[in-house]
This record gives sequence, structure tokens and C-alpha cells, in this order.
Amino acid sequence: MSALWGLLRKEMLHILRDRRTLVVLILMPIVEVLLFGFSIRTDVTDVRLAIVDPAPDAATLALRNRFAAGALFHTVAVLSRHDDLEPMFQTDAIQLAVEFPPNFARTLARGGAAQVHVITDATEPNSGTARQNYVAAVIDAYQQSLPAPTGSVRIVPSVRARFNPTLASSNLFVPGLLAFVLNIIAALMTALSLTREKETGTMEALLVSPLRPWQIIVGKVAPYLAIGFIGVLAVLVEASVVFHVPIRGSVTLLLAEGTLFILVALSIGILVSARTSSQRVAMMGAMLGTMLPTQMLSGFIFPIESMPRVLQWITLIVPARWFVTIARGIMLKGVGIGYLATETLVLAVMALVLLVASTRSFSVRLE
Amino acid sequence: MTTGPAAGAPVVQAQGLVKRFETTTALDGMTFEIGAGELFGFIGPDGGGKTTLFRILVTLLVPDAGSARVLGCDVVRDLWALRPRLGYMPGRFSLYPDLSVEENLGFFASVFGTTIAREYDRIAPIYSQLEPFKARRAGALSGGMKQKLALCCALVHRPEILFLDEPTTGVDALSRREFWELLGRLRSTGLTIVVSTPYMDEARRCDRVALVQRGRLMAIDTPEAIAAAFDRPLLALRVGERYRAIRALRDYENTNTVYPFGDVLHFTDRRTDASPETIARDAEAYLRGAGIEAVTAKPIPATIEDAFMARMGADDDAPGERGAA
Amino acid sequence: MSDEVAIHASGLTRTFGAFTAVDHISFDVGAGEVFGFLGANGAGKTTAIRMLTGLLAPSAGEATVAGHDVYRETEAIKRDIGYMSQRFSLYDDLTVRENIRLYGGIYDLTDATIRERTQRILSRLGLQHVENTLVHAIPLGWKQKLALSVALLHEPRIVFLDEPTSGVDPITRRQFWELIYEASHGGTTVLVTTHYMDEAEYCDRVSIMVAGRIAAIGTPAELERTHGVESIDELFVQLARNDPNARGAAGGGGAAA
Repeated sequence: MSALWGLLRKEMLHILRDRRTLVVLILMPIVEVLLFGFSIRTDVTDVRLAIVDPAPDAATLALRNRFAAGALFHTVAVLSRHDDLEPMFQTDAIQLAVEFPPNFARTLARGGAAQVHVITDATEPNSGTARQNYVAAVIDAYQQSLPAPTGSVRIVPSVRARFNPTLASSNLFVPGLLAFVLNIIAALMTALSLTREKETGTMEALLVSPLRPWQIIVGKVAPYLAIGFIGVLAVLVEASVVFHVPIRGSVTLLLAEGTLFILVALSIGILVSARTSSQRVAMMGAMLGTMLPTQMLSGFIFPIESMPRVLQWITLIVPARWFVTIARGIMLKGVGIGYLATETLVLAVMALVLLVASTRSFSVRLE
Repeated sequence: MTTGPAAGAPVVQAQGLVKRFETTTALDGMTFEIGAGELFGFIGPDGGGKTTLFRILVTLLVPDAGSARVLGCDVVRDLWALRPRLGYMPGRFSLYPDLSVEENLGFFASVFGTTIAREYDRIAPIYSQLEPFKARRAGALSGGMKQKLALCCALVHRPEILFLDEPTTGVDALSRREFWELLGRLRSTGLTIVVSTPYMDEARRCDRVALVQRGRLMAIDTPEAIAAAFDRPLLALRVGERYRAIRALRDYENTNTVYPFGDVLHFTDRRTDASPETIARDAEAYLRGAGIEAVTAKPIPATIEDAFMARMGADDDAPGERGAA
Repeated sequence: MSDEVAIHASGLTRTFGAFTAVDHISFDVGAGEVFGFLGANGAGKTTAIRMLTGLLAPSAGEATVAGHDVYRETEAIKRDIGYMSQRFSLYDDLTVRENIRLYGGIYDLTDATIRERTQRILSRLGLQHVENTLVHAIPLGWKQKLALSVALLHEPRIVFLDEPTSGVDPITRRQFWELIYEASHGGTTVLVTTHYMDEAEYCDRVSIMVAGRIAAIGTPAELERTHGVESIDELFVQLARNDPNARGAAGGGGAAA
């Protein structure tokens, strides 16, 4: 039996013996996504709506009737000026506004693209998206009822969210959450597994053997990569079954990118534990090194475009930032590897650099 | 310091080893040689530098000054050439408590590219005692069994030299005895064994010993020679009430040292020219005069422990109230 | 030594699942006695000590420590005993003086008493020059002597010492035993475990546990005579060889070594 194979076998035994930790490792991402998902989601009913219709015509009236008809919208006001909206949003009198341009019916009849402005209060981002979707559905249904289209595009809703321009939604948060949860768990696991050997004294016996640092590191990373892969798989299934998040692109590509990302996170953990000697310090290091950057600087919660320039630069070294882009690209836009080459390359380089750095800072002695 | 001859060609050569940590000097210049096939013991209390010395010899620490060669390899430069050839059992429990006896041994075999089956004949004398428990987790073994398993793990790749750092510390007297019997058997196969221990009585099991105290070697020789070098007449005093007798002897003008030793007191006299008989007669008379009953005094040969304490007492930096007890 | 009984055990038993760690042991320790509690790893010493110090409820039998029942009066027991082990006794990150203060506080001693006893301990051990040194920076031998003094700080009637001299140099080991004699002379009962068999000879009486039972008990001289052996070491080895449990594992479900 080769040395590396012996190491891998031993690590797997450790993991399998410690059933409780194993269960936590696999269940935690699933439970966290569930908790996050449901705490962010809000059901949408009885939306307070204002209509801005400076020049009512047949088309705008027909649409206004459609909004009034369902139970979903409650038309609070019909205004003639856009400026009157602001105070109503501010006093929370309305949550949504639909604004028609003048000459709406005429533009439609000419076969041109008629614009409708949809403005939502996105303080609660998820409900904001849901409301927009409902508005789009109403407009869509009206469009279907019109005589056969002469042109291609007819009514174009242009959407604007107030307070939170990027608008996260369950579609958007799942990829981010995936990055967040996997990153922390993966980094923590490897950070602890090496320092545990230092604390219990078994590292001394490992070190005097002919094992090279790279073998010890591969032996530590590989088993957790397998567990991380199971985690990615579980969260993706959950996202699509529970939250109906689409995966428009290739599932295989997404799993491959997810595995690459976990490798980066595991490497962070290994680097931390190669440089520390106690589990306590390693745990704090891994948490600090992954949790804060992933939460704050990955675009998972706060949009990167709205950050100060300096922070935007810093996000470039946060692995989760690249993975969030990849995951959103594959899941929501359905793009392929061609569009994600840069991001993928960045993650691959990060993994390589971290692993080499770990191997180098892994001391072959006790000091 | 006396340096006895090494039995065979030297397989360990250390020259002026010094190692300092932040506030302490762990090794303060150690020079010695260990011959091929020797069972060599480093004897001394905790904190004397034994563990630091072993870690340097097995390539885990780099000395601040001096050099050491093991099996002809420099312990700093020839790291990777040396590691596969040596066996090391650290002082701390160094097995995986969540893995079984067999899994632990199998793992250490695999690390050296071998298997239990292939090495069975070498480890059989020890492993046969563990085999009934091979499915048991290492963490659930008794102290003595843990040590035997650790020894097996250090032997499984057929090392040319074995370093055992305090293998018997915290282990009961029977397990210790059995462990030394195993070492004796390994020695008879020609294996060089270097072992450290705080138990002075274990010194007599070694071919040669070094007495370690505060980072220095106080003596290197055969156990017999070290004991024989004790230069004062030594008396064993058998008394009725030990504590009162010790107190009384503290005030005796001729007392050099008095220590409890098993069921007797070991006593040395301040007078260097008096015969053992005179010393015994005077001490008996003094104790009777102090009201201590049932006193008998008889000259005895010194043990390693007497020799160790005499040398500790001679060391100017000896800790605590020197020679007090 | 008076005839007063400090520790009384009768049929004391503790089982862990199917494993009997301590199997009907009965013995008495007189006030002021130095009692050596010997046994191989896994013979049941630690389990017995845990029952006697009120940390573990017995499965059967009875015992009193300083007159208090080990089932019902564990709080009273804890006030009347001191405890010191090789593994844990002092806080490494506190100074010598702070450690003494801490234990004084735990046992509700007045500030004046703590001050006075701190002085006494420091001058008895010759540690005045390190009173403000962190404990991890002083030599092991000093630490162990200090730990014993701290265990005796509240003047307990009985002190339990679990391998107190492990790894300590031979001179300091003897100084430590002199402290034990001093305490015993002052009327404190001492129950001590050790792997140094010569230390067994220092005890007034010893017991040797084998497989959860007491296989021999008496003064060292008595035992050597009745068993026809030269030393307690020889007797220990002879008796321990018969123990099937100590030979293998530390026993079932969390049983102590």
C-alpha cells in the first residue's frame, strides 16, 4: 500500500468514525440554506399600487382594469404626475407604481415598443422581485389578448427598484449562499484536521516518517473535497426543489466549478493550519479568513458595484466573489464555460497558489 | 564527565549540542557517542532536556550550536535520508485514539510503504500480545498496552535504530518491567536502542547510561561504573520512626546527606576519613541518644539513584533546598 | 496516629455497564496515616478515588470520608479534603501568589488567613523569590511541592495525592515526601498513589488493587513478610500479573485507567 493511499484511508476512517461531525458537515449547508431562504422570502398579497397615467387612452385603461381585477393588487391612487409618487413611497402608502408614457395606445398601434415603467419598493428585496414578476405577468396577459402582433416586441416593462437597486431574490441569493456556506465549512474542516494532529502529538510521529509535506496536505484535502462535493450536490438539489431556483446552464459545469471553489476554500484552511499550532487559533483564523469576506465582499449580500472603489479592489481576492458570478451565470443566465473563463481561471490560480504556499509553510520539523 | 567506550562502531555522535528556547536553555552542550547494538539510556528528571535531545536526534529540531550524526547522516542536512531509517516513539501518546490497534499499525506501515503482513516476523513478539485486542480503539487501551502499540508502530518499518522518549512514564511497575523485557529482546536482535526515563531503577537495564540534569550530561558510563563511582561510605539506617529519625539527623553534626530510600534511610557522613564501621556506630549511637528506637545501621553499595543525587548536590545550580530531605 | 478512622469503605463497588471497575473493596484508613493506594493501570484506583472524593456515586457498598457519607454528603466531603494530581493542580497562567489566593478564596478563607498562610508556604518552600512568577515558568519539582501546599491550604482532614511525584527529580521527590510526613504528623490523613515502588515503602500502610479488588493490604514490612518477598515492587509485580483486565484494556464504558 502506498504512503499516500494509506494517508487517504486513515483520513477517511477519522471522518467516518466521527459520525456526529460528518452529519453536521453535510446537514449544515442544507439547513442553513433552508433557514436563510425562508427568513428572506415574503409572500406577496394585496400590493398597494399607484398608477401614473398622464394621458389615459384605451390601452392604459384596459391595463388599469386588469390590475384592479385581481386580488393581488390594490390600486391606491391614480396620478397624473410622476413627482407625486415620491411622498407616497416615503409614507409607505404604496409599494409599487406603474407609470404609462403619453401616447401609449398610439405607440402600440404603430407596432412600436411601448414602454411601461415599473417602480418597486425594494427595501425587502425578495418581495420587491415578486411584485415585479406579478406586474410582468399582468402585462404579458394583456399583450396576449391583443390582435396578432405586427412587430416583435410590443410592451416593454422597464423596471426600477428604489432603495436597493440590485435587488436580491431567492434566485440570486442561493448561489451566494452556496458560496458562503461551503467556503466556511470547507476552510474550517481542513484548518482543524491538521492542528488536531499537532495538538494530540500524532504530528510528531507523522513528521519523522518519510512522508513529504505535499503528501500530508493532499491526504488532508482530498477526503474533504469528496465531502464538499456531496454538500454542493445537496444544496443544489435543495435550491431547485424547495426554492425552485432554475439551473439554466450545464449542471456538470456547475458541479465542476463548485468543486474547484471548495478546493480553494480547503486550501485556505490548510494554509491556516500549516501556520498555526492550536485548533482554537486555527478555527478563529479560518472563520475570520472566510466568513467576513464571503459575507461582505462577495456580492452575496451587498452589491459590489455600489462599494467604494478600494473595497471593490479588495473583492478581487475574495474567492467567493468569483464563484458567485460563476454560479449566477450558470444557474440564472445559462451561460457556458466560454463566458466564465476568467472567473474559472482566477479560482484555479488561487487554489494553486494557496496549495503551494501551504506546502512551503508546512514545517518539516517541530519549529 | 567520564565517557566510557562505545560497544560497537558509533551510530550516534553528538558534539556540543546546544538548544535554547525563549527563556530557557534546554540543552547546554551535550557530547556523547552511542555504539551499534547498544541499549543506551538517558536518565534524569523531567525538564532536564531529554525530550529536546531526542527531537534533535530524530530530525524534528535543529540545534542552535553543535552537530549530531545518526547512522552516519547529519540530523539537519540529511533529513530525508535519515527519516526512513529511524524509529521513534515520542513521549506524548502519538497514536490515533479513534483508530483501532490494527488500523494504527497498518497506517504507520503504509506510511513507510509496507504492510503488517510483510513485517510480521519483526513485530510478532510484541504484536502477538496486542492481537487479541486488534479491533479495539487505541484510545480504550490501558497505559501499558498503549506503549506496546506505540513501540510496534515505531518498529514496523524495520528501523536501524530506535529512539524511545520516556516510554514508561506514568505506566505501572509491572507494565514497565514487561516493556523493558521487550527492549531486552529487541536488543538481542542487534538493534540499537536509545531510551530515556525518569525512573532511576531502570538504569540497570541499560548497557550504558547518561545522567541528564538541567541540559547537561553529568556522567556517561555503565550503570555499575556510575554506582561504583560514588565516593563516600553509604549507610542504610533501619529505624522505627523514619520522620523523627530524619529530623534528628538534620541536627547531627556529622550528617552530610540523609534521604529516605525504600524502607530505610540512606546516610552519608561529613567525615571523609572515618571508616564505615565508625560511621555506623556513631550514627546508631546518636539516634539512640535522640530517643529513636530500633536502630540498625549497615554499610551498603550505592545505587544509581544515590550517585545521581550526589552529582545533583554537587551541581551548584541544583534546584530547591539542596540535600534537604 | 490516633485510632480515629478517616476513611472507611465497606463493599464499595462501581460498575460501568457490564464492567466492574471497583469490586467490593473494604478498608479503613486511620487519621494521620500515610496510606499508599497502589495498583496497575486499569486496576480501579482512579475510580475508587473518584468515589471517595464524592465525584462519582458508588453502585453499591458504603463509605465514609472524614465521617461524611459518600452518597449523601458529597459537599461536606469536598470541604474536608484536599486533592492534587500530576495532571492538574495549579493554573499555569497565574503567579505563585495568585494560585494560593485563588484556592484560599475557593475554600472561603479570610483575607488575613490567606495572607498568613501564603507567607508560611512561601518561606517553608523557599519560594519567596518567585512569588510573582507565573507557575509555568518554575521548575516541575517546585510546582509539585507548591501544589501539595495549596492542597493543604484549607487544612483539610484528608488529602488525596494522585501520582504527585511523576517525573520529579530524586532529591525533590524526597523533599516532597518530607512534606507528606509533615502533614501526617500534623494529623492530616494522606492517601497517595504512585508508580515509584520505593515510595510505597515510605507509607505507613499500603493496599494493592488488582482487577478492582484489594489483593493485599498492610504495612510494607508485614506484607513483605507474609508474602515472602523482598520488596513491595516484587509483591506488586507478583499480584498484578494475575489481573486479566489490567493486561488488556482500560475496561468498558469510560472506566478509568
